Amino acid sequence: MNMKHSEQELILLKEEVIQMWKFVITQIEKSKNALLNDDIELAREVVSREKRVDLYELKIESDCENHIALYAPVAIDLRLVLSLLKITSSLERIGDFAESIARYVIMDNSTILNPKIVVELKVEIMFDLVIGMLTDTFALFNSGRTDVYGKILCKDDEVDTIYKNSFNIMTQFLLNNPTMIRSGLELILVVRKLERIGDYCSNLVEDVVFYVDAKVLKHKPVIKTEEYLDGNSEETDNQNDTEEE
Amino acid sequence: MIETKNINFYYGSFHALKDISMKMDKNTVTAFIGPSGCGKSTFLRLFNRMNDLIDDTKLTGECYVNGVNIYQKSIQVDDLRKRIGMVFQKPNPFPKTIFENVAYGLRVNDMGDKQFINQRVEESLKGAALWGEVKDKLHKSAFELSGGQQQRLCIARALAVSPEVLLMDEPASALDPISTSKIEELIHELKKDYTIVIVTHNMQQAARVSDKTGFFMLGELVEFDDTKKIFLNPENEQTQNYITGRFG
Repeated sequence: MNMKHSEQELILLKEEVIQMWKFVITQIEKSKNALLNDDIELAREVVSREKRVDLYELKIESDCENHIALYAPVAIDLRLVLSLLKITSSLERIGDFAESIARYVIMDNSTILNPKIVVELKVEIMFDLVIGMLTDTFALFNSGRTDVYGKILCKDDEVDTIYKNSFNIMTQFLLNNPTMIRSGLELILVVRKLERIGDYCSNLVEDVVFYVDAKVLKHKPVIKTEEYLDGNSEETDNQNDTEEE
Repeated sequence: MIETKNINFYYGSFHALKDISMKMDKNTVTAFIGPSGCGKSTFLRLFNRMNDLIDDTKLTGECYVNGVNIYQKSIQVDDLRKRIGMVFQKPNPFPKTIFENVAYGLRVNDMGDKQFINQRVEESLKGAALWGEVKDKLHKSAFELSGGQQQRLCIARALAVSPEVLLMDEPASALDPISTSKIEELIHELKKDYTIVIVTHNMQQAARVSDKTGFFMLGELVEFDDTKKIFLNPENEQTQNYITGRFG
């Protein structure tokens, strides 16, 4: 049986999001390399490519609106379109953070970034964690295998822990290096952006799980059990969810 | 309110309904969806024994309305059809005036005097959201009304004898979008006083008007659940394939 036109349209829509997702992963990777290697040229490239992320968002939003208006999707099709709208919005925000980090590299070129504090703050580890979350969620989206979502969400906890520790580390550093206050504060903002990227990656996980399993994970207390780590926590379907925050 | 237990229905040797059990609550709207020939209209017509009028049919199982098996011998079918009104796909007013169409059921059942009938006709037309459009031409022919108005007149005719249940077999499929919208609004209003069961091919209509939806396929009730659940996260793959249009 030939695929229906509405199905083909959905596949194209999903493909657009896949392209945007890959693009945003590249943006984060480039902003990481720009920051850690103080590569201003690379940072400028990230800034100039940010416009493409915005264009992706506008195009996908418009296509989702058209799909809803023309095809009135239901069931898994409806969940996909609703999820794509949210996923696109989260990816756009992550793209913004990648650009902001790149702008920090460009702006901070008059100040030599102290490599020791970057290591102490675990900036590279944070980058790797959020890039891992973004990549793993992308794989989840493509495969529809949501049984591992708990492992991805746990990475966000690691990001949060690093972020919380960063204040004490930076305070101590600035007490010893009072001439670097401006640069240090800017660097804390970078750490903050990485923490926010982790949050947006968690949102992506929630959106993919909603699309695939119709489960609502939002505003659930984090349950640190093996079940949770395996992605098999006892979330009920949409009808039984209550706001627990 | 309505409950069926292990209903099987046969047209001759054709097994049209297969072991269907379901419950419908009072003051709810239940929609039946499914491809043509799946048995949804046959199932609907069980509730006021319209299938009795078809030769060479056989029914097994039980069908209860308010706890009473409507297929037991003591049931008076005419009385049953007063309690369970029906509206069909094509508007079918009688060749009479607007007033007489609504009053017809009251007159043939000898229900009340002239004053009562006048009052009931007005109430029924108001209940069917038609009074404002016809109050100045009650004694004109029903055929002067538009298709949408004729359908609401048929609903008023069904309401006049104070039924408990309204059965609707594709009530808006022959109507334009504005008339369809009025019928759907009316269903929302009528739900306060009646239990409604509707067969529709328009899935968006089922989604808009009903509290529960049953999906039928080849004589089987594949899935029956809250409408929100059916249209967001159906349990059965066949249901999902049908409502997303993936059946060829």
